[in-house]
Amino acid sequence: MAQPLSRLKETPSQTAGPYVHIGATPNFAGIGAVYPSDLGSLPVSPKTQGERIILTGQVFDGAGVPLRDALIEIWQADANGLHAGHGEHRGVADEYFNGWMRQPVDGTTGLYRFETIKPGQVPFADGRMMAPHVSFWIVARGINVGLHTRLYFGDEEPANAADPLLARIELRHRVATLIAARGEQGDVPCYRFDIHLQGDNETVFLDI
Amino acid sequence: MRNSAAPNHEGAFYQRDRSWHPPAFTPDYKTSLLRSPRQALLALGNTLSEMTAPVFGHDAIGALDNDLIRNFATSGDPVGPRIIVHGRVLDEDARPVPGTLLEFWQANAGGRYRHQKESYLAALDPNFGGCGRTLTDEQGSYWFRTIKPGPYPWPNGVNDWRPAHIHVSVFGHAFAQRLITQMYFEGDTMIWQCPIVRGIPRRAAVEQLIAPLDRAASLPMDALAYKFDIVLRGRRSTMFENRMEGN
Ligand SMILES: [Fe+2]
Repeated sequence: MAQPLSRLKETPSQTAGPYVHIGATPNFAGIGAVYPSDLGSLPVSPKTQGERIILTGQVFDGAGVPLRDALIEIWQADANGLHAGHGEHRGVADEYFNGWMRQPVDGTTGLYRFETIKPGQVPFADGRMMAPHVSFWIVARGINVGLHTRLYFGDEEPANAADPLLARIELRHRVATLIAARGEQGDVPCYRFDIHLQGDNETVFLDI
Repeated sequence: MRNSAAPNHEGAFYQRDRSWHPPAFTPDYKTSLLRSPRQALLALGNTLSEMTAPVFGHDAIGALDNDLIRNFATSGDPVGPRIIVHGRVLDEDARPVPGTLLEFWQANAGGRYRHQKESYLAALDPNFGGCGRTLTDEQGSYWFRTIKPGPYPWPNGVNDWRPAHIHVSVFGHAFAQRLITQMYFEGDTMIWQCPIVRGIPRRAAVEQLIAPLDRAASLPMDALAYKFDIVLRGRRSTMFENRMEGN
């Protein structure tokens, strides 16, 4: 017998279930007396640097039906490509930008909506620049382990073409599942990013 | 990008052992059929986008946030067995994860959630909301006080019931560590009948979700204690990675 490695095992994931709103967004769930606001629901400060943008879309199941009980978290760099949190050692991020937001999808339409800022570029492990992107994490009833993916911006074609993650996708037609088309809402750029859990347009999910 | 200012244990995270987690497709849990990706996940390795995570400070936490007995009550304490849940958040190398946010949600003692989608006949408790949160201390320790939730029926099979459980969300120090799980209670035979639990392939992994009764930590004439340790992904030392870079 060799020595034991004696490493612990990661706690197994379990579905967030249909009542995830009670824990994550109790005010949205009608439990208004416990927290002053739902964590991750506050708008970007007027003092935050960067271009204001809207991210919106739906999460579809394998039958093409939008989920109405999903919860989405996003995590992104500030306008200069720095993260406001643990693990950022390259510099100090914008003190007026937290970088993390959380929203339930709408209980009727299934639409989610984040009002945030366009992130700057962040380097890949080998130092090459990644295209601007926003990390998504999706949980819901029926999802056993939270799903990681990324939103890339449809109007960043040269940067997307050079992105190390997008380059790694072998089935090239699937690259499009990570790219959000740009539209406008008022005069604010609005990017549509639908997530398909299954089917012909299944989104590329990440093992990170 | 390497930076000498990073503590030397802040390398990339160990690959997640997906055989330890439930797979996406667990047909006895019917909702997973249409909500499970069928394509292989894209194996990326970590980048700074996953090795970073938001910080939540004590200013984000209210004084009663870790007390589900008091944080919603208006006319008295909620009904049910009073319990304390405590434990540590560690990584796979048994290093404590300090200052990380934990969120909890659960049914009341009758197994009823305060949620519009809930259809179980059991009564709401006017003094129980069902949510709480706390931060781990420097040793990675946490605790909260609540009432023991009841089991409840759910629409899956004709007559499926969930074992008593508390939902737990953990942020960790990196988006790659983000985790939502459920804590079960020692001695509950319903654990082994549950289609959601049974999605976990290995018995030892299920046992990692079962909190033992901790009589020593229980408060006389006040509350029983359960101990629930949580393990997040560990990470390589940057010392290894810096050496590798030179070749
Ligand atoms: Fe539950």
